Amino acid sequence: MNYELILFFALSTLLVLAAGAVVTVRNPVHAAMCLVLTFFTSAMLWILLRAEFLGITLILVYVGAVMVLFLFVVMMLDINVAPMREGFARYLPVGIVVAVIMAAQMVAVLGSRHFGFDNFAAPAAVVEGSNTEALGRLLYTEYVYPFEIAGVILLVAIVAAIALTHRRREGLKTQDINKQTQVRKGDRLRVIKMASESKDGHGA
Amino acid sequence: MSMIPLSYWLILAAILFCISVAGIFINRKNLIILLMAIELMLLSVNMNFIAFSRYLDDMAGQVFVFFILTVAAAEAAIGLAILVVVFRNRRTINVAELDTMRG
Repeated sequence: MNYELILFFALSTLLVLAAGAVVTVRNPVHAAMCLVLTFFTSAMLWILLRAEFLGITLILVYVGAVMVLFLFVVMMLDINVAPMREGFARYLPVGIVVAVIMAAQMVAVLGSRHFGFDNFAAPAAVVEGSNTEALGRLLYTEYVYPFEIAGVILLVAIVAAIALTHRRREGLKTQDINKQTQVRKGDRLRVIKMASESKDGHGA
Repeated sequence: MSMIPLSYWLILAAILFCISVAGIFINRKNLIILLMAIELMLLSVNMNFIAFSRYLDDMAGQVFVFFILTVAAAEAAIGLAILVVVFRNRRTINVAELDTMRG
């Protein structure tokens, strides 16, 4: 057992436990916290696979942005958790059975017989050059068109999220530029005629 | 040389995927947990991509993960926005109570 293997098993155990907690805990806030732990642990596993850039992106984008969004929504909505748990015990057996069967099938196919060291040689421990640089070089040359489309998808997501959640409230005092530019002197200023007044306040 | 065979990574991702499938089964009333289970599924798929990228020494797998992360972030943002609108209109996100369609 070398250090990498020990690290792999420790992180995998933590990952599976955290993922199991995400789908079983009662409180959605705790589920979101467990999801943060899941993402962080898999970022560590990705760094173990020498994908440093994606590991750090996962932490920045998911732990930093998406999970904060989740927590925000969970805390903003006043959710009554109790009625949503009522099917839990009923569907737990069938869920576990399906998951175990699926896992057994995939383990049978993905085991060491077909994906072991015989078919896929162990990669070199040290990777030449920077992972970020290699990814950027590929992203800005060969994949530049999909990259632009990804940017458009993000723009569409921003517009859609704002358009969905934005609502116009009554009684807000906002600027109307059209009215502001059309205003004339007569609308604001009124010249009145009156008798002049002396210093002691009495009329002359 | 790395001591971890590729099959270990694939099995780990498979277990993660199965956990999220079970999560969709047992939390079918809670929309927020359903969204979280979908995020977990995407994570397991990404782990497969990165593992193959390393063992085949091909950076294209990591580029693909990059795009999956982008789309997943957009999906999460829009999904949560829809969730907020549903809650605002119906005062609940229980899937069992969301059984009316209105045009």
